[in-house]
Amino acid sequence: MKGQRHSLAAKASGRRFWESSIEFSLFSCALVSVLTTAAIIFVLFSEAIFGLGGSVAFFQEVSLWHFLTDTKWAPQYGEGEFGILPLLVGTMWVTGIAALIGIPFGLATAVYLSEYASPRTRRIIKPLLEILAGIPTVVYGYFALVFITPLVIEPFAKFFGIPVDTFNAVSAGLVVGIMIIPMVSSLSEDVLRAVPRGLREAGYALGSTRFDVSVKVVIPAALSGILASFLLAISRALGETMAVNIAGGVRPTLTANPFEQICTMTSNIVAMAGSDAPAGSVQYQSIYAVALSLFAITFAMNVLSQFILNKYREVYQ
Amino acid sequence: MELRTFDNLIAQRKEEPETKPESEKQEAKSPAANPIKVETRNLDFFYGPLQALFGISMAMPEKSVTALIGPSGCGKSTYLRTLNRMNDIVEGTRIHGEVMVDSEDIYSSQVDVVELRKKVGMVFQKSNPFPKSIFDNIAFGPRIGGQRNKKELEEIVVRSLKQAALWDEVKDRLHSSALAMSGGQQQRLCIARTLATNPEVILMDEPASALDPASTSRIEDLIFELKKNYTIIIVTHNMQQAARVSDFTAFFYQGRLIEFGTTRDLFTTPKEKQTEDYITGRFG
Repeated sequence: MKGQRHSLAAKASGRRFWESSIEFSLFSCALVSVLTTAAIIFVLFSEAIFGLGGSVAFFQEVSLWHFLTDTKWAPQYGEGEFGILPLLVGTMWVTGIAALIGIPFGLATAVYLSEYASPRTRRIIKPLLEILAGIPTVVYGYFALVFITPLVIEPFAKFFGIPVDTFNAVSAGLVVGIMIIPMVSSLSEDVLRAVPRGLREAGYALGSTRFDVSVKVVIPAALSGILASFLLAISRALGETMAVNIAGGVRPTLTANPFEQICTMTSNIVAMAGSDAPAGSVQYQSIYAVALSLFAITFAMNVLSQFILNKYREVYQ
Repeated sequence: MELRTFDNLIAQRKEEPETKPESEKQEAKSPAANPIKVETRNLDFFYGPLQALFGISMAMPEKSVTALIGPSGCGKSTYLRTLNRMNDIVEGTRIHGEVMVDSEDIYSSQVDVVELRKKVGMVFQKSNPFPKSIFDNIAFGPRIGGQRNKKELEEIVVRSLKQAALWDEVKDRLHSSALAMSGGQQQRLCIARTLATNPEVILMDEPASALDPASTSRIEDLIFELKKNYTIIIVTHNMQQAARVSDFTAFFYQGRLIEFGTTRDLFTTPKEKQTEDYITGRFG
C-alpha cells in the first residue's frame, strides 16, 4: 500500500510540472501581444509628451494649443508649423467618403447575402469578397491613381467644370470605401444571419414581403451588431495608409474641396519617416504626436464599438 | 368557465339524440354544417428529393377547430405550413396537388402570397415576439399593410390584446419590451399579433407545447373563444388537448393521412388500427 501511494505522488509532481510549464508557455504567447501594445503606447506617450527616451518630446517644444488650432502643417518650413487640422481634415475627407461608399454597399451586400441570395449564389460571392479583402492595399492605391482618378473622377468633374488634382481625396476615399465593403458585409452578414429564424417566420406569417422582413425585422434586430461593424470599418478607414498615400497625396491642405491633393495623418507619418528630418528633431518627433492623435481616435472608435457590441448581446435574451 | 375535459366533451355530446342516422347527425352538429374553408386535394409535398406528404385530401369547415395529431416527423407541421405557403421560404421544397382556401387554389400563380398570409395567419411553437415593444409587435402587421393612422393603430392594438385575453395584464406597459413578458404571455402576444392582421384562418403549430399547464389552459380557452369567428387548425402533440379543443381531428402517420373525422368519432371509435394504437398510447 505504502509503496503504491509513493509512486502515485512521484508521478503527480512530474505531471504538475509539465502542466504548469504548458500553462506558462501559453501565457507567454498571450503576453507577446499585450506587451507589444503596451510598448507602443509607452513609446507614443514618451516621445510625444514626456520625453523619457532621451530626446525632447514633441509637446515640450510645441504647445498642445498650437498643435490643435493652427491651420498649417509645414514641419520643414522655417521653424516648422505644426497645426494638425489640415491632416485631420484630410483624414476626415478620406474616411467620410470611404464610409459613404463602404457602409451602404457593404450593408446592401450583407442583406443580399443573408436574406436574398440562394446558397449557390452565396457560395460564389463570398469567396469573391474575400479576394477583395485580400488584395494588398498598395494595389488599391495604384488602382485609384491610374484608374479611378483619370477614368472615373476626371470625366465626371470635367462635366461640372471642377479642376481635379492627380492626387485627391475623392479617389483615395473611393478606393478605401471599396476596401472596407468586404469588412462591413462580412461582419454585418454574420449578425444578420444570427437573427433567429423564428423572427423572420413571424414577419412572413404576418404578410411581410422579403423586403419588409429584411428592413423591418432582421435589420432592427441586428442593429447594434451592424453599427459595431460600421465603426470597425471606419476605424480601418482611419488607419489606412498605403492606398491613401498613393491616391490622396502628401500635401497637407486645409480644404473644403475634396478634388484637391490632401495629406492624411497616416500619409504624413509615412512621409515624415521617409524624409531627411534628423531623428530627435521636432520635425521627426511630430510623427509621434500625429500617431498619438490617430491612436486616440481609433481607440475611441473601438471602445464605442465594444460598448455597442455588449449592448447587442442582450437583444434576444 | 367550465373545464372542457375530454370526458365532459363526450358527456355533452352524448346528450344529442342517438336516433338519427350517421349522416344526418353530422349535418346537425354546427361546425360540420359550415361551408368548407380550407381544403387540400391529393397534396404531395417534397423537401428536395424527400417526400414528406403523400396525397393528403381533407376539408375543414369554417369556424371550427381541426387538430392535427401524430408522432414526431409524421408531416403534420409540414402540412400546416403548406396552408399559408410558409414552406415557400424553405429552399428546395415542392408541392403537387391543390390547396384551396375559400375554393381558391392558393398555389396558383395569380395568388399574392402576402395577401394570403394576412388571410391565413400563423402562430408558432416557440413564441417569437419581435425585440420591440408590445405595441409595436401588434402594430407590425397593420403597419406593413399600410396603416399609418395612429388612432386606428391604437384601436387595433387594444382590440387584438382584448381578443387574446392579454389586455388586463399589459395595458399599463404597452410600450415596454415584449421580451420582458412571461412565456405564456409572449405566446398570447403572438396570437394577438396574428389577430391584428384580421385573418380568417389561424394556423397554430403546437402553440402550447413550451408552456406550463396554467398558460396552456389559457391558450385553450382562447382557442375556444376564437373559434366563434375564425377557422382554426392546430398541430398538437398532446392528445388530451386535441380532444379538449377540437371539433375535428386528423391523424397523420409517416406523411399520410390515416384518419380524419369528428374528434369524438376519432377518439371513441377510430376506424383504423393505427389510429387506435396511437391514441391509446401504444406507440408515438
